[in-house]
Amino acid sequence: MVTETKEPPLQHTCPHGKKPGRRWNNIIFQAVAITALVATVSVLILLLVDISIDGIPRLNWTFLSHYPSRKPEMAGILSALVGSGCLVFLTGLIAFPIGVGAAIYLEEYAGNNWFSKIIEVNIANLAGVPSIIYGLLGLEVFVRIMHMDRSLLAGACTLALLVLPMIIIASREAMRTVPVSIREASFAVGATRWETIRYHVLPLAFPGILTGTILALSRAIGEAAPLIPIGALTYVAFLPDSPLAPFTALPIQIFNWISRPQKGFADNAAAGSIVLLVVLLLMNAGAIWLRNRYQKKLH
Amino acid sequence: MKRFILLHVCFLAAAFCISAPVKPASAELEGLIKVDGSSTVYPITEAVAEEFQIPHPKVKITVGISGTGGGFKKFGRGEVDISDASRPIKPKEAELCKENKIEYIELPVAFDGLAVMVNPKNTWCDSLTVEELKKIWEPEAEGKIMKWSQIRPEWPDKEIRLFGPGVDSGTFDYFTEAICGKSGASRGDFTPSEDDNVLVQGIATDEGALGYFGVAYYDANQDKLKLLGIDDGNPSNGNGPIKPTLETVLNDTYKPLARPIFIYANKEAAAKRPEVAEFIRYYMINSAPLVKEVGYIPLPERAYFLAYDRFKRGITGSVFGGEDSKGKTVEQLLSKEEH
Repeated sequence: MVTETKEPPLQHTCPHGKKPGRRWNNIIFQAVAITALVATVSVLILLLVDISIDGIPRLNWTFLSHYPSRKPEMAGILSALVGSGCLVFLTGLIAFPIGVGAAIYLEEYAGNNWFSKIIEVNIANLAGVPSIIYGLLGLEVFVRIMHMDRSLLAGACTLALLVLPMIIIASREAMRTVPVSIREASFAVGATRWETIRYHVLPLAFPGILTGTILALSRAIGEAAPLIPIGALTYVAFLPDSPLAPFTALPIQIFNWISRPQKGFADNAAAGSIVLLVVLLLMNAGAIWLRNRYQKKLH
Repeated sequence: MKRFILLHVCFLAAAFCISAPVKPASAELEGLIKVDGSSTVYPITEAVAEEFQIPHPKVKITVGISGTGGGFKKFGRGEVDISDASRPIKPKEAELCKENKIEYIELPVAFDGLAVMVNPKNTWCDSLTVEELKKIWEPEAEGKIMKWSQIRPEWPDKEIRLFGPGVDSGTFDYFTEAICGKSGASRGDFTPSEDDNVLVQGIATDEGALGYFGVAYYDANQDKLKLLGIDDGNPSNGNGPIKPTLETVLNDTYKPLARPIFIYANKEAAAKRPEVAEFIRYYMINSAPLVKEVGYIPLPERAYFLAYDRFKRGITGSVFGGEDSKGKTVEQLLSKEEH
């Protein structure tokens, strides 16, 4: 796509006439941009090819339906896959209402004062905090003080903290795209602020909020660092039966396999990475699908 | 929108409703056994847990990897029932257990040989003495011992590049104690990694490399590495340089780099919960073939018997950690109380 960019006929419109270097500058810049693109995409392709060669032979029903094992060819990712699924589901349940609520307050209720400014700056900062820090916070607050133990719930609460800033920022962006005129029209016919938000702002902003939330959750599913201090386990040969059950997750299982000496486990790690990639892809596709669906309904 | 919120509330309610566990009528064992600790011991515990769950499907076992130190921290707080350890408990960790009134039973489960390796292209070096290893790795060597010729004058004037496990691992603690005399005493200018596969790659691609890690990783990468013999200068336990093999570790001649590795069991948990006691019994009786399968060296049969006997009699404390444990075999240490 980039290679076909046509050069605009600048020479004719330019009042100062031709400058000999400009055409070359244009070509050079285009070359630099293409190189940047090729470098990025080729790294991605290299990674994909590499894990595909190792991992695809291992991808079969046994791999998806078995628990971890000392024998690489018998080992599977069932507990990790289900663990990751439950984790992301719970994270969404916790983070979505809190995140959207906070965004509504900041966007619709909070005045433009020093207090809301401090909150805004802090949320922006939180989005940049390394994820391991959330893990340490979660260990102390959820695992130890709130006695959730090393459970799915503790993991989900920690990941919820991690994705909250992203959900808040995405939700605010979405609400900001709702024209002021709609709010004013609503107020003009006597609606309260809550009615305006409930019947006008939220429905219009909803596709954007949903997309932002799913993208934030798809970041959460790939995270290993915050789960390690929380106590995500490596060997779990059962499925969680409650939010307080111990758990493992895909990145943790992959990380464990990659550090084992036998080649068979390295292949399992590659196959596990493919499964994680497919899950991520499905989530992102889901986000796009939901957005399109709701947008059609509303217009 | 409305439906979505309703759905959300339903899910929330469903997710937080924890169904009460239903007790079966039979006396089948059930419960949750939590194990955490060393990544070195992990493959053994994983194998035993996997086998144990076949006759006891209702017992849930979780095994985590937090390193030996991390495992003892959780064990000392009573957060786990069993701690995997690649070295004996340290006084500080024993102190934590005491503070929280946790009594522990120390059970050796296997031997791990630490292999010292060079690149296969290294033609000059086939063995090292303990003295030479100390000269290379001691803290004073930092920035000074940089070439192979400094170790033996006849060796080439090539740069020596060192690879070893990260400072948080029990393997690092053990190696530094065995070679430099003090746990943690090591030069700092080597390439450390918690992931032994990174060390394998490092040694396999660098002609001047020297490194150490568990022998299981050497076994899986024999074509990429060259194993060195180690000479401890003591002819009474084998003359000359000795390489780590099943025989040399078992007959106690691969010295000083063969070490026992352990599990530590919470005495109270084992006494009160039959599933924990049964798991440990199963571990002691069945681990020998599993230990071999995952790349470690099983203890002599009698050692497992003695260890299980200590467990049955509830003998707490550590016999492997003290100063007077040096130079004694596992069996001698385990039967200490019997004298």
